[in-house]
Amino acid sequence: MITAMMASSYNAKEEDGHHSGAAGHGGAGAVKSRKPDNTAFKQQRLPAWQPILTAGTVLPAFFVIGLIFIPIGIGLYVTSNNIKEFEIDYTGVDSNSPCYSCARNFSSNSTTPCTCSLNFTLEQPFESNVFMYYGLSNFYQNHRRYVKSRDDSQLNGDLSSLKEPSKECEPYRTSESFPIAPCGAIANSLFNDTLELYYVESNGTRNLVPLVKKGIAWWTDKHVKFRNPSGNSNLTIAFQGTSKPVNWRKPVFELDPLDSENNGFINEDFIVWMRTAALPTFRKLYRIIQKKPSTTPTLPSGRYILTVTYNYPVLSFDGRKRMILSTISWMGGKNPFLGIAYITVGSICFFLG
Amino acid sequence: MARERGEEEDTGGTGGKSAPKVKQRQRKKKTKESKTRTVHANILYDSAKGEESPNRHYANNKIKTTKYTLLSFLPKNLFEQFHRFANVYFVFIALLNFVPVVNAFQPELALAPVVFILSVTAIKDLWEDYRRHRSDKEINHMDCLVYSRAERRYVEIYWKELRVGDFVRLRCNEILPADVLLLSSSDPDRLCHIETATLDGETNLKQRQVVRSFYDLDCDFNPLKYTSVIECEKPNNDLNRFRGYIIHRNGRRDALYKDNLLLRGCTIRNTEEAVGIVIYAGHETKAMLNNNGPRYKRSKLERQMNVDVFWCVIILLIMCLFTAVGHGLWMFQYGDKRPVFDVLSPEGTDLSPIMSAIYLFLTMIIVFQVLIPISLFVSIEIVKICQVYFIHNDLELYEEETDSHLQCRALNITEDLGQMQYIFSDKTGTLTENKMVFRRCTVAGVEYSHDANARRLAMYQEVDSEEEECVSHGGTLPRRDSVTSHTSARVVLRSQSTKSHRRTGSRAEAKRASILSKHTDITPDPQLLDKVNECSSKMDFMRFHSQSLSTLSSDLCDIIDFFVALTICNTVVVSSPNQPRQKVTLDKAGMVSFLHRVINIFELKSPVKTIEDFIKRFTPSRLTSSNNSSSSSLNRSNNRGCSSLISSPSADSTLTKLDEEKTAESPDEAALVYAARAYKCSLVGRLPDQVTVELPHLGKLSFELLHTLGFDSTRKRMSVVVRHPLTDQITVYTKGADSVIMDIIRPPDTGTRKRQKKIICRTQNYLNQYAADGLRTLCIAKKVLSKEEYACWLQRHLQAETAIQGREELLFESALRLETNLHLLGATGIEDRLQDGVPETIASLRKAGLQIWVLTGDKQETAVNIAYACKLLHYIQAKFLCSSSDQAAKMYLTNNINNMAAADLYPSLPVHRLGLVIDGRTLAYALDRSLEDKFLAVARSCRSVLCCRSTPLQKSMVVKLVRNKLKVMTLAIGDGANDVSMIQVADVGVGISGQEGMQAVMASDFALPRFSYLQKLLLVHGHWCYSRLANMILYFFYKNAMFVALIFWYQFYCGFSGSAMIDQWYLIFFNLMFSAFPQLITGTLDKDVSAETLQHLPQLYRSGQNSEEYKPYMFWMNMIDAFYQSLVCFFIPYFAYADSGVDLFTWGTPITTIALFTILLHLGVETKTWTWMNWLSICFSVALFFTVALCYNASCPTCYSPSNPYWTIQRLLQDPLFYFLCIITPCSALLPRSITNVVHSLSIARVNHFIDFIVVSKEHPQPEPGHHGVAAQPATSFPVHQQAPPKRQ
Repeated sequence: MITAMMASSYNAKEEDGHHSGAAGHGGAGAVKSRKPDNTAFKQQRLPAWQPILTAGTVLPAFFVIGLIFIPIGIGLYVTSNNIKEFEIDYTGVDSNSPCYSCARNFSSNSTTPCTCSLNFTLEQPFESNVFMYYGLSNFYQNHRRYVKSRDDSQLNGDLSSLKEPSKECEPYRTSESFPIAPCGAIANSLFNDTLELYYVESNGTRNLVPLVKKGIAWWTDKHVKFRNPSGNSNLTIAFQGTSKPVNWRKPVFELDPLDSENNGFINEDFIVWMRTAALPTFRKLYRIIQKKPSTTPTLPSGRYILTVTYNYPVLSFDGRKRMILSTISWMGGKNPFLGIAYITVGSICFFLG
Repeated sequence: MARERGEEEDTGGTGGKSAPKVKQRQRKKKTKESKTRTVHANILYDSAKGEESPNRHYANNKIKTTKYTLLSFLPKNLFEQFHRFANVYFVFIALLNFVPVVNAFQPELALAPVVFILSVTAIKDLWEDYRRHRSDKEINHMDCLVYSRAERRYVEIYWKELRVGDFVRLRCNEILPADVLLLSSSDPDRLCHIETATLDGETNLKQRQVVRSFYDLDCDFNPLKYTSVIECEKPNNDLNRFRGYIIHRNGRRDALYKDNLLLRGCTIRNTEEAVGIVIYAGHETKAMLNNNGPRYKRSKLERQMNVDVFWCVIILLIMCLFTAVGHGLWMFQYGDKRPVFDVLSPEGTDLSPIMSAIYLFLTMIIVFQVLIPISLFVSIEIVKICQVYFIHNDLELYEEETDSHLQCRALNITEDLGQMQYIFSDKTGTLTENKMVFRRCTVAGVEYSHDANARRLAMYQEVDSEEEECVSHGGTLPRRDSVTSHTSARVVLRSQSTKSHRRTGSRAEAKRASILSKHTDITPDPQLLDKVNECSSKMDFMRFHSQSLSTLSSDLCDIIDFFVALTICNTVVVSSPNQPRQKVTLDKAGMVSFLHRVINIFELKSPVKTIEDFIKRFTPSRLTSSNNSSSSSLNRSNNRGCSSLISSPSADSTLTKLDEEKTAESPDEAALVYAARAYKCSLVGRLPDQVTVELPHLGKLSFELLHTLGFDSTRKRMSVVVRHPLTDQITVYTKGADSVIMDIIRPPDTGTRKRQKKIICRTQNYLNQYAADGLRTLCIAKKVLSKEEYACWLQRHLQAETAIQGREELLFESALRLETNLHLLGATGIEDRLQDGVPETIASLRKAGLQIWVLTGDKQETAVNIAYACKLLHYIQAKFLCSSSDQAAKMYLTNNINNMAAADLYPSLPVHRLGLVIDGRTLAYALDRSLEDKFLAVARSCRSVLCCRSTPLQKSMVVKLVRNKLKVMTLAIGDGANDVSMIQVADVGVGISGQEGMQAVMASDFALPRFSYLQKLLLVHGHWCYSRLANMILYFFYKNAMFVALIFWYQFYCGFSGSAMIDQWYLIFFNLMFSAFPQLITGTLDKDVSAETLQHLPQLYRSGQNSEEYKPYMFWMNMIDAFYQSLVCFFIPYFAYADSGVDLFTWGTPITTIALFTILLHLGVETKTWTWMNWLSICFSVALFFTVALCYNASCPTCYSPSNPYWTIQRLLQDPLFYFLCIITPCSALLPRSITNVVHSLSIARVNHFIDFIVVSKEHPQPEPGHHGVAAQPATSFPVHQQAPPKRQ
């Protein structure tokens, strides 16, 4: 159809032009000639650069690309290698794992939380800020229906959405005729293990490593995207008439009762969780261990104990839970891949050259 | 006029649609009146009570060519758009999004692209419809004069108010508002001249006659006295036919012809005033019924593309199926333990894995829909429009002489120009100028060679070529002849014209004038001139002494008859088109001549209408008495014709039904008339009833024109029946092709029989000689009828004329009866020069691998000669002639073809050096179903094929045969009406806008000013269009596949849940916005090879012929490459972000960016020439993406669920990792393709070098010794013609 119409319009124009030209010709000769303009564009003679592929031009180009890529790759690789990272699985699949019993006897209804402790040793001290992550495997946070199952307006503190959550939250929209806040499957499946880290000094005393729980979420998330329902500074009243997500043990306004700046929807653990991971194996920032003002490393080498309050079941879908300690560089966490990729591609180009 | 034309064009497809509707309505209303239409005059009925008018059922003159009304626009336009399958598909997918269980995107957003595409088209349609509406309105509100019963005078009304049965008064230069039957004209001869340029493009004037019953009216036509009823055909679209009769009150019936009908859209010329009655109005006029919309063809490339679109659908389904199965299995592995992330359906029901898989299948179709490129079709349209624009603007395809350039009439087959394999060309007017120049003649067996004339022409030619060098713009010769209106208006006499042109100082005009004189000026042969003078002086002497002319020697008699025949046996009209003819010039002799004229009109009623009339007029007494007075009076009264120029002869030619040869004949006629003028035998005036000729010594003689038996392609001759003013004999002059004339010549039984036989024999020899020289031959013959014979013939002829049924056939038979036992006068040889650059064009098209067949109506010798001249045949070639006339030919042909086919089996025998010449009669056998395969086998093995004496039908059959049987791309090129069928049958039809009207152009897809432009059109533009479009289509497939595959790979990491890491906005607008412009620029501007190289190396054209730019495997190569690239673009970010805290869309955005970079760089790798526009478009795309992304990511923190990419890109831009990814990924993705491209081009560069070398060394090929045999094998065949030109995937 589009062809047809364009064709006819063009033809019509053509004929009009043609005709007026022919008709005018009989006149005084003052008719504009239909001679096409001799412009570079109309004559398709625009100055053009034609990359001529000859051995003389192509091979040096490859060579140069190789020369640029290899150093970048080496730089990236070295940077990544300098990052210190420690990882420990605390799922409790093995029967000799300390968390085995917690994993086994998990029941969402039990009132007494199950705790387990894991010992580990850091071979090397961790300098500067150390980031503490929890890692999940086989957890498909990127499932299409899961990703959709949230209401951004509600999380932004919109009162009408608080009372009337979006349909996207179904089937976690209402509970016993009360609207759920925060609604949806993502919120419902909030990671709720508590991790504590103790440094075991050589004399055997356990020192609690101070964990900072603020600053782990995106600044824009914390301050723009997520807001508590306005109108009342008292969150208990603000969330009145809503129900807690079915899997949660406590309502949203009790996520961090100690810090009103970290409670309700603006709880950073909650915000971090709500940013759905791209891949089924992921880590999420849990706490930050601040660098000490003194010269002592943030985490000196030695023995540590990780105490886990085991609340989050993953065995049903064959998942794994990990705790990760990592320093970071200017280019993020430890990942040698990009360096290797640069070196590989650089080498290929280099050798082709 | 422009308006009128615009309206016609605009009607487009609707004209055809609405007209049948009108007809249908009529049919319903008036079932009783099924075959004819009866028209009564409206003024007989009170206009206030329109109900009673018998004409009320006929369509009024209001035209409406718009498609839509305000109300119907939306539904109708949508309905029309949904005829394109792709649109239905996309709407279906968009609607699928509204189903909650399967929806993948925000439903409203998913509608966006399809709504966008639909609305762009709708807005364009609306705009066009509005234009149509405006032009309709303008036309409907034009004024015309209609007789009003109430006011008893003509009043001005709008066109749209005009109704069938109204009397309209038309003034000079007015456009006809409807189809009008001419009832009265101010012209002294009751003629009305019209210009039909808007209907058929012919600019010459045509005469229309007042209906015979109203012919005798000496005073003005009074509508109030009109009481007749007209019965005529139902409206039809045949411009050349109008049948009917007018029934007078007294019951007398008069036949009506097409000569009485003035068609809507024509312009009245030369006639001060005319009155007519409206017969057909509005949409029922012939002009409106004739409006066919532009032609639509599917190009080969598009057909190929559609196959691949189909493959894309298959790939899409496979991908969806795979994902669906994957999802089912993924669900199944969890069994009853439903993990937290596997959210229940909104209703809270637990779906079984199988149901989930089925729903997911539909979801995936939505997600992967991009694989079928929604913008592909629109992009192709846009690129083609641009290509047409460039072709149109090419200076080298513009001819300054006629101010005409190439017209693309079909817009969607530009790329077919690059894939042609066979060219079928007409000869006359296509290969040749179709500007006939009289060269030689033979009269009464004596040849007059006109050497001086030949020398003069040769001289002109030299001057021409020098001039052209000065002008330094490619070989162009003017194509404008004296027949066009403006030249004939200005160039009154040749000598004057040259002077006036010098005064204007316009070089082109002066040149045109000199060219004009070249063709009109003939240096007479002194010997013949002497004889003419001698003869006419003798005749003059005899006339004054009342001696019988029979005492004149038959030689001399033949000579004068010969020239008289040349002058009058034609349809040449003498007129000065742009002014109305004066009724009578009242100079000194004015009054006298006026009186004589009045007498004349009464005396010379003609053609003879009834037997009584005939007897009355041809009684001897009257003949003697009236003769002198009439001729002398005309001598004086005809001075109005003296200052006018001979105008186009093709007056009726294009309007006759069987006009194939006729139009081709018209320039011949002009040439002959000019030739006769050189011998002082000039045509000074032509009226329907008489022809006035000025002869030396004798002065002006008026020949009473009794009948004109027009030309038709079956008879191949035309005749005039005149009463000779000197002898009073009824004489038939016949002019026609030698083959037919020679058959009907019969030497008289008297004593001169032997001499006559000798003359015939010698004439035949000369004819053969002329033909061998490539001249067009015509025979001139005459016949003297006795009164009795004439009376006998006339009686039957009149019956034929008045017959309503089968009139054409009866008239044809009648003509055959008359044209017998002719007396041969002589023969003429007319030269039709080759157009400039034809041999070179043919040679280079040949090199380009095109097979060129010439299909002509000319005789074999002429055709063969032209073929030699334009290097189509080579003397060293063996010729294989097929010419036979009887049934035995069939056997002969079979045997020969079998032999040839056998020869084909031996590759050592280079049969492709053969030339096949086949004539029409043999062709008829060859096209027989049983033989066509063999014929094709032979023809294929021949280097050139020449079909002569072929009819238009045969031409089209040959084209169809080759096209269908060999499955090749065919191009037909021609200039005349006889080529129309061939042009329509071929894949691409090219019309030469030349001498013979516009039919060929109207039927064509492309119209060229001259043949040699075909070279650039095909070799350069064709190649470019093809390669650009082919590459663009491949790129489109690649682009979409690559983009969609990214999501496909992701399904392995999201439990096959149909999740996409690319934000839905990017996903939907990626094709439409971010990556749309560069490919359009490249598709429009890229040049794989420069124009110079393409013209220099026609071999490069073969890449298009063999579809090397777009072969099926290339689609798959592209697909594989797309999948590879998407793997790279997916997995580099995957590993770079593996086991990190990255969220879905922070990870997806770099992938989108990388994909965009990769796609653009891929285009860059494929782009051969980089202009600033390429750079600009790529920069624009990148900038657009980032601008949109930044705005989008900053606009709303709570919207765009589910991705909600608030501040994502902003954070990414602060992340060094993002930049490192954007560098490495496109590089590694494009590595294989650039390596293969480099390797390929390196090898090609070597080959190109090789080609260059060969071209240089072959510039001057060694002339081979000529052998007339199959065995003669000169090594001129191009050694690298199998060479594959640069090709890409």
